[in-house]
Amino acid sequence: MRNDGLKLEKIHADMLVIGGGAAGCYAAITAARLNPNLRILVLEKANVRRSGCLAAGVNAINAYIVDNHTEKEYLEYVRWDAEKIIRDDLVLSMAKRFNSVARNLEKMGLVFLKDENGNYVSRGKRNVKINGENIKPILTAELLRYENISVINHVNVTDLLLGERGVCGAVGFAVNYEAAFVVTARATLVATGGAAGMYRPNNPGFSRHKMWYPPFNTGAGYAMGARVGAEMTSFEMRFVAQRCKDTIAPTGTIALGVGAKEVNAKGETYASRYGLSTSGRAQGATTEALEGRGPCYLQTVGISSEQEDDLCRAYLNMAPAQTLKWLESGKSPSHFNVEIEGTEPYIVGGHTGSGYWVDTSRRTTIPGLYAAGDVVGGAPKKFVTGSMAEGEIAAEAILGDLPALPEVDNEILTSLSQDKIAEYSRRMTDGESLYDVFELEEAMQKNMDNYAGGISAKYRYNEKQLTIAQERIAQLTKMASSLTARDMDEMLHIYELIDRLTVCETLIPHLKARHETRWPGFGVNADYPERNDECEYFVNSRRRNGVVEIVKRPLTVGKERYEHTN
Amino acid sequence: MSIRIDRNLCVGCGACVEACPGNLIKRDYKGKAVLKRPEECWGCASCLKECRFKAVSYFLGADIGGQGALMQFERDGDVSHWLVSIAGREPIDIAVDRHCANKY
Ligand SMILES: Cc1cc2nc3c(=O)[nH]c(=O)nc-3n(C[C@H](O)[C@H](O)[C@H](O)COP(=O)(O)OP(=O)(O)OC[C@H]3O[C@@H](n4cnc5c(N)ncnc54)[C@H](O)[C@@H]3O)c2cc1C
Ligand code: SF4
Ligand code: SF4
Repeated sequence: MRNDGLKLEKIHADMLVIGGGAAGCYAAITAARLNPNLRILVLEKANVRRSGCLAAGVNAINAYIVDNHTEKEYLEYVRWDAEKIIRDDLVLSMAKRFNSVARNLEKMGLVFLKDENGNYVSRGKRNVKINGENIKPILTAELLRYENISVINHVNVTDLLLGERGVCGAVGFAVNYEAAFVVTARATLVATGGAAGMYRPNNPGFSRHKMWYPPFNTGAGYAMGARVGAEMTSFEMRFVAQRCKDTIAPTGTIALGVGAKEVNAKGETYASRYGLSTSGRAQGATTEALEGRGPCYLQTVGISSEQEDDLCRAYLNMAPAQTLKWLESGKSPSHFNVEIEGTEPYIVGGHTGSGYWVDTSRRTTIPGLYAAGDVVGGAPKKFVTGSMAEGEIAAEAILGDLPALPEVDNEILTSLSQDKIAEYSRRMTDGESLYDVFELEEAMQKNMDNYAGGISAKYRYNEKQLTIAQERIAQLTKMASSLTARDMDEMLHIYELIDRLTVCETLIPHLKARHETRWPGFGVNADYPERNDECEYFVNSRRRNGVVEIVKRPLTVGKERYEHTN
Repeated sequence: MSIRIDRNLCVGCGACVEACPGNLIKRDYKGKAVLKRPEECWGCASCLKECRFKAVSYFLGADIGGQGALMQFERDGDVSHWLVSIAGREPIDIAVDRHCANKY
């Protein structure tokens, strides 16, 4: 096999969905329901049943419009939390669908907590309570009900096929056997989630993948989009989360559930000093520790044993490591406060604003290419319902656009995909490389950590450091091009590394371009440590001939529609 | 963060191999499940929940405070049992009903 390269599978679909997570599954379901004749193909890197962010389960529906509240209030909340850098049209259009998506999840079988009148029980103004442990199997059971949806699991997509008139499919390879996939499609939806693993993680040793965001969401969608010149926005708005120490489990369950406040080592509450936004909370824990008042905790001492049992169960439904930690250490939350820390930076459009620059219908700037979920920028705080809402919006746009989208020219495509397939095959035939993929990954993470504002740099960076980081990423990218694979598993790791390096290549120019510090918890530009009102714009980027060009775009306050212009 | 697969209990059904979101579990020459690189594990517990033979146990790495405790999983209809064994203590069984929403 080694010498004759990979077996080639060619498939044609009307609509290709890359990534079968929350957004991708719901997009496929929406399109299949609206048009039973449409041939829809989902390519998923793992198995849709437990892939992506939803693998372990989720805690609550974090984006919902509770009774007596409005979508406009949600918009204003997001604007406040993201310090103004948001697209009104994107936030409003998803917010209008939060509740219908939640109702559909209930119809599929998701368990919601209800009051005596049958209404969902809320947690705060925007959350409703569920049992989210099996949200992914529930969603995929619905997906697999439709005869016009085909799902191919365990295929890692690496690149989009760009023809003269836009994107017309994608290429990838099977992760468990030696085959390459070329899929042609009139419309392609990218829904591969965000990116983790560019920075040295909280637990860099044995538990290096015990991170909050899935380490298997490697930013493939950002990378393939960047390579075909799609415009990206707000990568500099990285996400640094406040999480439970060691297990990196979410803290909202404790904070919102039992009303626990953040306290420092001296027992002082400190949150109001930094503000209650997501960035403010992350900044609080980091700064308190930096100034010698760490570690910080969520003050749970004194909660009842019943509350403690309920917390243990809630964590088993989404982050079982935390429950195990409480039991094993003997430090139960009713007797010991829960230590918290800031995470390494992630790029994730479902929490902050990084990702594809899309129009209101989730069309990217490249014809034939659509995007939904964590891979889309400009609309923070979308969470699971917002990601699904975006899948629905994109699917509706695709159905509307399909008649006008060109038929795929197979000959052009074959020649486009040939280069890529030759590249995969070459990796399996060449001799061993001096460095292996894990060494290069470590080098990338160290570099980003030290010079592009990682944990050990206390999330601070300056122009000079970023230039060093950029040079090293360029070297590592070159070195990665000659990595060889003994099997498809190594092949997967190589392309995961390449995704991450490409994300870094986009991220660093974004960090350089914002001459201010707008979200101090997510990163401090030490050359410009203050916020500057003149920087109220989007930092966007496009790759042209391998160079990332920055474009600044104005905010769109009050606009409910946005169309691409140039 | 990681899991351990008991070769004696594994029947090679492949459910965990299918489910792992990182494609981390492979089959050995006998068809049994192996986690190639334990340090790549996310700790999502999908494999634990998919295995009907209690062959998978879950533990915390020493670097994140693990002291050797193991957690297993067993499904009884709609009730999930999370079974924790810690040396020198009675085994713990936490039952979670799928029909009950989280209080928090
Ligand atoms: C740990 C955690 C807990 C969360 N808890 C909550 C919560 O309690 N409530 C809430 O509302 N939200 C929660 N969220 C947020 C929510 O889960 C996400 O916003 C949402 O799932 C994003 O959907 P998505 O489809 O964009 O990404 P995902 O659901 O992650 O889907 C992306 C999919 O793409 C696949 N993929 C990636 N790369 C490739 C490739 N190269 N080729 C093919 N396929 C690929 C992945 O395997 C995955 O299946 C949580 C997120 C995390 C990480
Ligand atoms: S699910 Fe259990 S029995 Fe089946 S292969 Fe995996 S470990 Fe073995
Ligand atoms: S816990 Fe999750 S990431 Fe780890 S091996 Fe099992 S399924 Fe894979």
